[in-house]
Amino acid sequence: MPNHETEIIKTESLWSILLTFLKVGAFTFGGGYAILPVIQQEIVVKRKWVSQTAFSDILIITQGMPGQLALNSAIQIGVRLRGTAGGLIAALGVTAPSVVILLAIAAYFYPLLRDNVYVQAVFYGLRPAVVALIAAAAIRMGREILYGWSGLILCALLLAVSIISGIHPILVLLLGGLAGLVVCRRQCSK
Amino acid sequence: MTAILLSLYWSFLKVGLFTIGGGYAMIPLMEAEVIKVHGWLSPAEFLDIIAVAEMTPGPISINAATFIGYTMAGVTGSLIATLGVITPSLILLLLLSRILIKLIQKPGAASFLNGLRSALVALILLASYTLGQTAIIDLPTALIFAALLIASLLRHVSPLYFIAAGAAFGLILFPY
Repeated sequence: MPNHETEIIKTESLWSILLTFLKVGAFTFGGGYAILPVIQQEIVVKRKWVSQTAFSDILIITQGMPGQLALNSAIQIGVRLRGTAGGLIAALGVTAPSVVILLAIAAYFYPLLRDNVYVQAVFYGLRPAVVALIAAAAIRMGREILYGWSGLILCALLLAVSIISGIHPILVLLLGGLAGLVVCRRQCSK
Repeated sequence: MTAILLSLYWSFLKVGLFTIGGGYAMIPLMEAEVIKVHGWLSPAEFLDIIAVAEMTPGPISINAATFIGYTMAGVTGSLIATLGVITPSLILLLLLSRILIKLIQKPGAASFLNGLRSALVALILLASYTLGQTAIIDLPTALIFAALLIASLLRHVSPLYFIAAGAAFGLILFPY
């Protein structure tokens, strides 16, 4: 990759990039931030593919852009090691275990077990548990993000807008971003 | 068939493109696309799939995309949906990474993202409310929800414990 800002620390074979990210994809549970310590252990501590500082830079970019945290960090590490091919291989590695495991469940286990009364009992308990997880994620994010009145007011306003109008979440996100820009223009110019 | 594959790809592309910060950010988007816009799944099926996606390794939205894609259009559907959800990351990081890195460093970008995150908190709260109407249907499910929510607010609990506890409570409290 013709990127002068990208410091290539080590050259690794595509094969070992693939194997490493297959492992990350296959052994990280819970998604989101749960995956990051595993990547850090595997890439920074064990294989020393990127330095701790480079890993922090990767995380900053990852958090500011769309996509999955594990996938985005994997692509960036792959690119640093072997350019575009490395990025593609890392993406393949981190995605493939999910696809294989979920296909097996969707095609074989779910239809087989769906009508079993104990499986129904498990899902009866899992549904409120998942809703609790989602609500907890919103509250945790709110605590981290909504410092100051402007964030809180914006959040409340957008909540009201999306309840009343039922517009698509993408529009709500864009509205929020634009409001952020407006708030900044007033405060940043002071 | 082609029509459904195209709309699967387009829906999951949107989910991938507007999931900023990863993890649960995709829940409101996926809920809107899969339940409200296309009616591919019922809210209960959606919650079941998220639960399965939590139990299995790998990023949740890739797991969910594979499962939903398979439900709608078999193996091809699962591959197309997964490809859709990862396309934005691939394009942005492989082709546009230098532009993107410069863009993220601009002062406006931070305030845009701050505003966007406020919106995200509102959307995830709303999603938990709408999905909750399907999940919390009687006293036992209300208790499971309340207990797990309080536990998670008091201290950080791994999502896996939520899933294990939900499954165990479900087995015990289900009105057989």
